[in-house]
Amino acid sequence: MTFVEYKQLNPFQRFAYNFKKTVISAPKAIANFFKAIGMAIVKFFVGIGKGLKNYGTTFVKGDWATKLSYIILGVGDLSKGKYYKGILYFLTEVLYVLFMMFFGWTYISKFGTLGTVKSHIEYVGRAPKTVLGDNSMLILLYSVLTIVITVIFLAVYISNINDAYKHQLMRAEGKKPSTIREDVRDFLDGKYHITLLSFPTLMIGVFNILPLIFMILIAFTTYNKINLPPANLFTWCGFQNFGDVLDVLGGSLKATTFIELTKWTLIWALFATFTNYILGMIVALMINKKGIKFKSLWRTLFVLAIAVPQFVSLLLMNQILQTDGALNILLGYFMGGNPHIQFLNSTPLMARVTVIIVNCWVGIPYTILSMSGILMNIPEDLYESARIDGAGPMKTFTSITLPYMLFVTTPQLITQFVGNINNFNVIYLLTNGGPTTENFYQAGYTDILVTWLFKLTMNSQDYNLAAAIGILVFIVCATLSLIVYNNSKSMKDEEAFS
Amino acid sequence: MIKSYKLRRHLANGFIYLLLAVLGIIWISPFVYLVMHSFRAEGVTTVAYLIPHEWTIQNYIDLFTGAGGTAQLNFPRWFMNTFVVAIFSCIISTISVLMVSYAFSRLRFKARKKFMNVGMILGMFPGFMTMIAIYYLLKAMGLTQTLVALVICYSCGAGLGFQISKGFFDTIPRALDEAATIDGATKNQIFWRIILPMSKPIVVYTVLTSFIGPWTDFILAKIIMLDSRDNYTVAIGLQLMQDQQFKNTYYKQFLAGSVVVAVPISILFLILQRYYVEGVTGGAVKG
Repeated sequence: MTFVEYKQLNPFQRFAYNFKKTVISAPKAIANFFKAIGMAIVKFFVGIGKGLKNYGTTFVKGDWATKLSYIILGVGDLSKGKYYKGILYFLTEVLYVLFMMFFGWTYISKFGTLGTVKSHIEYVGRAPKTVLGDNSMLILLYSVLTIVITVIFLAVYISNINDAYKHQLMRAEGKKPSTIREDVRDFLDGKYHITLLSFPTLMIGVFNILPLIFMILIAFTTYNKINLPPANLFTWCGFQNFGDVLDVLGGSLKATTFIELTKWTLIWALFATFTNYILGMIVALMINKKGIKFKSLWRTLFVLAIAVPQFVSLLLMNQILQTDGALNILLGYFMGGNPHIQFLNSTPLMARVTVIIVNCWVGIPYTILSMSGILMNIPEDLYESARIDGAGPMKTFTSITLPYMLFVTTPQLITQFVGNINNFNVIYLLTNGGPTTENFYQAGYTDILVTWLFKLTMNSQDYNLAAAIGILVFIVCATLSLIVYNNSKSMKDEEAFS
Repeated sequence: MIKSYKLRRHLANGFIYLLLAVLGIIWISPFVYLVMHSFRAEGVTTVAYLIPHEWTIQNYIDLFTGAGGTAQLNFPRWFMNTFVVAIFSCIISTISVLMVSYAFSRLRFKARKKFMNVGMILGMFPGFMTMIAIYYLLKAMGLTQTLVALVICYSCGAGLGFQISKGFFDTIPRALDEAATIDGATKNQIFWRIILPMSKPIVVYTVLTSFIGPWTDFILAKIIMLDSRDNYTVAIGLQLMQDQQFKNTYYKQFLAGSVVVAVPISILFLILQRYYVEGVTGGAVKG
């Protein structure tokens, strides 16, 4: 199909065309995704190789100061008159060496074993005295910290060499190094991105990336209730945790729990996404229909449900749905006598349906808010011609509104789906995973994977298992998002060039 | 058989009014119930009827003065804690979100795409997967059970939420930047004097979302504060009131507390709704 042909299609044919193309290209997209990862790895190593080569050639070409910079940082800059930068480089080295001597090395040297000495009781004469052994958790955490700091130091080290060589070349050409004033000005203009990004990157590095590396490593250890530091040691165990969770044929309790919860998580995400989407769209259409008055009043009614903090409205809902809660009382007015229906704690099916319905109550206002604008953009003549052809409201909705909206909002839909896989609040505050069961390992019937993860961490201290599940959830979410992201981008490119 | 087109339209509209009214009641009634029962005088826990028989503001007085046995639940303190944390984390996160999104939207540098991709991937890990590590990091810094730790937690990851405001910055014409550059403005001046004044909706949106965050989070706060009740925020405080040991004593105070938290945030939200919609749609359409 050429670009001109594509442009002549109406939005629905375009949607059908794109949808077909997406389905057909999905395997290719997955393949491309892995190919891209492979390429990135290759590129990474080629980059390292190049860096090493530069490292060697610079050393050969450098003068005495540049050569000395390979051991003592900042000498090159100092000898060329760039004092403040040279001093900073030198200070970095001193600090790093001190850090490694007094802190880093003690931990990183035990990184391979995660500690060998257990806490034990020694007798000094006859008095027992507890001697603290290695703390595997701290060893792992501080080793990760040390590794991150070392990587940063290496980056500084390389930049020091490059800077020394640059100043050597500048001197050979007879130029003077820039002053502090010029450098500051440069950081507010040409290098402004460094000024802007350094603080957020530092924060994200310390409080997001570092913990993340730590937790990913935890998934490959035996860090659980039995091996809890400081009393006990834990150690590396390879892929054993993943094996525990994915061992479907063995039929262990953890594996069945994982499979069942994954099924429910997907069902939940599917229902939660689509009920909110379609029902929200219908309500938005009703509010925005021509001839309906008090539009802002209706909208405010729904928006109020967003404005009230989610934990308040969910805790409240939990109260209302209890056996002696408001909903049962209300039903009692109609039926005579309180029916004492257990919405949240009887059968799994009842609880699951309740959760999905309450989620509609929570989520539909968001859909209304974000859809109103897009709904207004649907060309009015489409509806008019449909009316002339005798289509009823139902027909117009299924053949005009829904395809149009799907066409425009597919990316948001996928984002919402991923969001629902990670939708912690609704499940945790409403049912806390209940009804409880013995058939699952540390989980109830309405638990989704992330709430299970939370319970494993907080209640049963199976940190290793929780980390493994976190990684699996991440893989599912990331694959989904990346495929959609890549596809939508390629779609856009095609419209632009073909 | 309805022949008249006009009559049919009136019937349809009437039906829609009815449906909207019913839905509106469904959506609003839990909050009406909440407000009504926070003013209830009789009974201690739930009662077997919907409309209270006697009305009082004693529940609110109890909540704020510590009378009626709520002394060990220091609600005014929790409220102040949350307010302070919200102010500080709001300032820090707004600044970092705006800085990051301006850099990604307007500046062109070597690793831009890579940074953005890493940011996207980091956002896909389940948020509280890292909480144990964060807890021990904060403990190593000696910050656990303090409000500083909360401010750090709420604002440190803020930079990752750059997508929406970046989308908004992308819509501002680049010709403005170019004109300013020709007039000799640095990138810094462009950011403060041109882009920021033009981005009022997105600034308000960012301030709003980051201010509301601390009022509603209870997972991280709970892990960091543990049993240090003096440093609780309202969210975990209210959840504590729902705990088994307090549930039967402080039910009405819990309802009153929920109203006290919900009302200011709702008002804030409704006033700033315009900005919210503008910010979301302005930034999100170009996904």
